[in-house]
Amino acid sequence: MMNAAPSALQAKTSVISLGAADLDHGVESSGAPLVRLQWRPVGDGSPEIAWSLAQLVGDAGDADCLGSRIDRANAEVLERILTAQPVWVDVAAHASEIWPDMGRTLLHAGPPIAWSDMCGPMKGAVVGAILYEKWATTPDEAEQLAASGGIRFAPCHEFGAVGPMTGIVSPSMPLFVVENKTTGNRAYAPMMESGGAKTLRFGAFAPEVIEGLKLIENVLAPCLKAAVAGIDGGVPLKPLMSQSLHMGDDVHNRNTAATLLLYRAVTEALLKSSISRDVVHETLRTIGADDMFFLSLSMAACKATMDAAHGVPFSSIVTAMARNGVNVGIRVSGLDGQWFVGPADIPVGLFLPGFSEADANPDIGDSAITETAGLGAFAMAAAPAMVQFVGGTPQDALRYSREMAHVTVGRNPGFTLPMLDFIGAPVGIDIRKVVDESMRPVINTATAHKEPGKGIIGAGVVQAPMKCFVDAVGALATMAAR
Amino acid sequence: MAIQSSIRANLYKDSVSLMRISQVTVARTGVQRVTLLMGTRSNKEFLQQAGLMNPALEGAKPGDIMIVVTDDAPEKLAAAEREIHSLIVGEEPKGGAGEPAAEAPPRSISGGVAIADHADLALISVPGPYAAAEALKALRQGLNVLLFSDNVPIEQEQAIKRVAAQKGLLVMGPDCGTAIINGVPLGFANVVRRGVIGLVGASGTGLQEVMCQVHRHGQGISHAIGTGSHDVSSEVGGITMLQGLELLAADPQTKVVAIVSKPPARDVQKRVIERASAIGKPVVICFLGGEPAASAGNVHRASSLGETARQAVALAGARLAVSDDQAIERLATRICAALAPSQRYLRGLYSGGTFCSEAQTIWRAAGIRARSNTPLAAADRLADVEESRGHTVIDLGSDEFTVGRPHPMIDYGVRIELLLKEADDPTVACIVLDVVLGHGSHPNPAEILAPAIRRAKAAARAQGRELPVICFVCGTDSDPQPVGTQKAMLADAGAEIVGSSTGAALAAQAIASRMAADDSGTGRRAMQGGER
Repeated sequence: MMNAAPSALQAKTSVISLGAADLDHGVESSGAPLVRLQWRPVGDGSPEIAWSLAQLVGDAGDADCLGSRIDRANAEVLERILTAQPVWVDVAAHASEIWPDMGRTLLHAGPPIAWSDMCGPMKGAVVGAILYEKWATTPDEAEQLAASGGIRFAPCHEFGAVGPMTGIVSPSMPLFVVENKTTGNRAYAPMMESGGAKTLRFGAFAPEVIEGLKLIENVLAPCLKAAVAGIDGGVPLKPLMSQSLHMGDDVHNRNTAATLLLYRAVTEALLKSSISRDVVHETLRTIGADDMFFLSLSMAACKATMDAAHGVPFSSIVTAMARNGVNVGIRVSGLDGQWFVGPADIPVGLFLPGFSEADANPDIGDSAITETAGLGAFAMAAAPAMVQFVGGTPQDALRYSREMAHVTVGRNPGFTLPMLDFIGAPVGIDIRKVVDESMRPVINTATAHKEPGKGIIGAGVVQAPMKCFVDAVGALATMAAR
Repeated sequence: MAIQSSIRANLYKDSVSLMRISQVTVARTGVQRVTLLMGTRSNKEFLQQAGLMNPALEGAKPGDIMIVVTDDAPEKLAAAEREIHSLIVGEEPKGGAGEPAAEAPPRSISGGVAIADHADLALISVPGPYAAAEALKALRQGLNVLLFSDNVPIEQEQAIKRVAAQKGLLVMGPDCGTAIINGVPLGFANVVRRGVIGLVGASGTGLQEVMCQVHRHGQGISHAIGTGSHDVSSEVGGITMLQGLELLAADPQTKVVAIVSKPPARDVQKRVIERASAIGKPVVICFLGGEPAASAGNVHRASSLGETARQAVALAGARLAVSDDQAIERLATRICAALAPSQRYLRGLYSGGTFCSEAQTIWRAAGIRARSNTPLAAADRLADVEESRGHTVIDLGSDEFTVGRPHPMIDYGVRIELLLKEADDPTVACIVLDVVLGHGSHPNPAEILAPAIRRAKAAARAQGRELPVICFVCGTDSDPQPVGTQKAMLADAGAEIVGSSTGAALAAQAIASRMAADDSGTGRRAMQGGER
């Protein structure tokens, strides 16, 4: 049974007005409370989606309606996100250890994509990975192999993994292993290569890039595996990330503080280990030289969190936002097994000297898992330095965090924002709210050159395309109607 | 004719803002025509039909503004387009440099509810295809709804009214122009005294007139609940009207209830009357244009808006403060004395649809057949609204006049055009005009209308005859445009002011009847209202 609302005539009239402003002048002059909306058609402007969305709205007075069912599922999802305890527990020496049946599979960033549709940097990274795996000996051969169908491509996300930029993971690559201690699920991410432009993640495949990958495989990975093994219980990442937010990081596009905290966490363990001093030195030098080194662990922590939140029937919470350089795809907790894709935008921001928007590749990488988990641009208020990329002021940084609260279902008391009176960062993107508010989630990102191997050319912000969310709302309405 | 079109992408503005920008652009640049529409399917079809569509606009999305400028002089187009773009941008909120970025106003119902002071009603006037979705969201948030929007799909109207009924919430509309809830005027509404008479109505201007007449008699309104025009159809079943009756029955402040509507579908009519008989309070029912019906028990039947107000006031135990009857007789006598024998026909130019129906009802009862674009009987449909024939009464609020332009209560342009045209017709005996005041209406209609009335009367006089213009003003002295001032300005222009819509229709009828009788007295054809 539903609760009867108080009669329209008994309450004190207080009005929400949307549409033509002339029609609420009477309300205004009567002195009754009035809130005027800045209304616009929801989502992509289609009336059909507007009506579908309205069917999905929760109702505190009607526990049986579809929207209330969705609200309950979302409360469960939020609980899983907030109670996640991602801990760095291990380094897998090779991806093939984790997935023994990998064969000639290459994992990539973003939603599924065929070789022929891949953007320049991703094709370059595929070539590099093939050379690294010695499945071919020249770049031409590598391309032929990829084009011939000899390689199986799959999204990292479907393997519990996340990869920065092109996100290519091949069987020999070592991976960080992060375990969500609450639920026991694990997430994986490749280690950040040092070397700026000359990295596989930006699509470079020159010999020194392959050498860099070998260094990670043979030096860095065994060393960090030993380090984490020497830390009792592993390295809890949530406290580390929380502290980094208070030190000016967003743990997506700024990891300066988090990388230092990681450096501190591993140094003692490495010095206590039996690893040779040269190897320890090389490892610490690598971590110390790259402000972004922590990003892999941040991403894996977020992935371990969001995978635990995935698969709750009826939930409308986004559990992944990922970009393959052509499309952005999202996954939704209650819509298991589906990607909802839309065309990726070019990030808006600053370009390194000599580059312009004309050189930029559309948005790419799995790192938007951080925004999905309520970090990155959602926690921008913690990282005012970041807004310089878009020519903003520290006030704009606060605005991002405030605005994203309109499209999320909760706040994370584990990740607080000092500049906003230590309120928790907004978390749990609800596809209904994104469409209802016509407000696309903001993502902090690096900008890749559209040609393979030219590396990072800038950084800024980008928004996930509305189409992903509109399609997901349509799918949720269709599923729920069954 | 040169046409220039362009798109302003990704900026939604409602039709009112767009029309304002069009008007200002035309005024400032002198360009002939400016069309600004959001890039929806139906708007593109509209442009297609208007011959204004071109390939540049094909890609426009519903969130983009389509801009079309036309003029005989191509050199004017660019200036007009610049003006449009600057007006579009000019309305965007600007934050001062270095100031904290202001929190943007909420965009969604839930965003609004979050910051509102215990919101309990949503006033929705977004385009019809989106309106029911917003209404449903409002209902889910526990809000009552006034849905001003029209063109809401019928199955969506049914769906939201079902949810509302389950939740004990009220959906006024779709197509509901007016309401007063707890003294708060919503939409087009007059500022009236609070009192013991509760109204429910499917007709906006009908409700406005009854509340103004109740006010004129010195009494007041507890609540006025609009239902929207579709509510009393059999598809919807009068859900809101019945709910409104229940609410007023239970409302301690309401002593008398009055219902104003076009005649509901037969089954709905039966249910409304049944329910009204059982509420334990006197109910006055006016199904305007319907069959006359006898009063029974607590249910009193009225056949005009004026009578509805009078009965309600009397049932509330109050004295009637005013009567128009003698003034009408004197007015008819005075006017007829000045008319030439050829001046036999009535012309009504109404902005209120209910007034147009009321005039036809009153005239029909006196045996005067009038043509209309919104006739009581299909046989009386006016073939061409541009061409009056015999007695003619026009509802300028009807779709053929309002697509792409503001309602005639706001924009008097078309009405003034028609008024001047009628002034040229030697067979016209008098012209009846309504002037609707209150929130939402033109801020100073008499200022626009008075000079037009002067021109019309002068034009007729130049052709050797008088042109009586009968006006009634639907409004009160508490309205933003005080009724006294408006009446004085109109009277000063030579308009004959009658105190009510009913009185104005009766005065016109008296004039037509007398002129026809004079006619028969001279031995010509006696058929009232007939023409060749």
